[in-house]
Amino acid sequence: MPETGSGDRLHTDLVLDSNLASVDRGESLAMEAAQLLGFDADTQQDIGIAIRESLVNAVAHGNRYHARKKVRLRIWTSRAALTVEIEDEGRGFEPDAVPDPLEGGNVMKLSGRGLLMIRAYMDDFDYQRAGDSGTRVRLIKRVPQPADG
Amino acid sequence: MSVKLTTRQVGDVTVIDANGRITLGEGSATFRDKIKELAGSGAKKVLVNMAEITYIDSSGIGELVSGFTTVTGAGGSLKLLNLGKRVQDLLQITKLYTVFETFDDEAAAIRSFS
Repeated sequence: MPETGSGDRLHTDLVLDSNLASVDRGESLAMEAAQLLGFDADTQQDIGIAIRESLVNAVAHGNRYHARKKVRLRIWTSRAALTVEIEDEGRGFEPDAVPDPLEGGNVMKLSGRGLLMIRAYMDDFDYQRAGDSGTRVRLIKRVPQPADG
Repeated sequence: MSVKLTTRQVGDVTVIDANGRITLGEGSATFRDKIKELAGSGAKKVLVNMAEITYIDSSGIGELVSGFTTVTGAGGSLKLLNLGKRVQDLLQITKLYTVFETFDDEAAAIRSFS
């Protein structure tokens, strides 16, 4: 796998169909990368869930399972962090416009918790519009350093 | 592996032993169908044993909420048994610990329905 100038090593670069099999595959790849970086089993699963939620957002809410729309998944590893980028071809979304699932009656809603879980399980999450349409999200989980205890 | 659900009756309480993953797709649909089936057959006291649930995503959490709403809406109650640490953490993160009654001991859970 190629290595970037920043020391990040490209672990995965895939273009996936918009279906749930792609979600499963991406989740497995992210957990594999997390294992390679030495994250413990619990954290590997945290990362897996966060990537799963992001891929579901891309496949289901972004691309709406459209057969011709793709999702690009890239995973980088470094001694400092695991970085994942997921890009869809949907109409884009504003995470800040998603109703707070912890507020009032939203607690009992059947959906809308994905971003909450992503933010709970990863250290950094940001998003931007990708080209004319679509959304690119980036998720980062930092590798605990010896000084962190 | 998706979720496998088996039901057993303990007195008038229906216990669902859940095993596997409740995630978007087959897992969440299986769980939803089971709750609908039980509610349709008049089950009013439902205890979901989560001891063997290894993984749950936001869709699975949504199905738990849906199940709770379905059973309580029909005049019954749905409670949770043997939550693993991950599911407990998720209920904390989502504030759903304020909604679900949870138990670590099956006998105590069964008694709580009476």
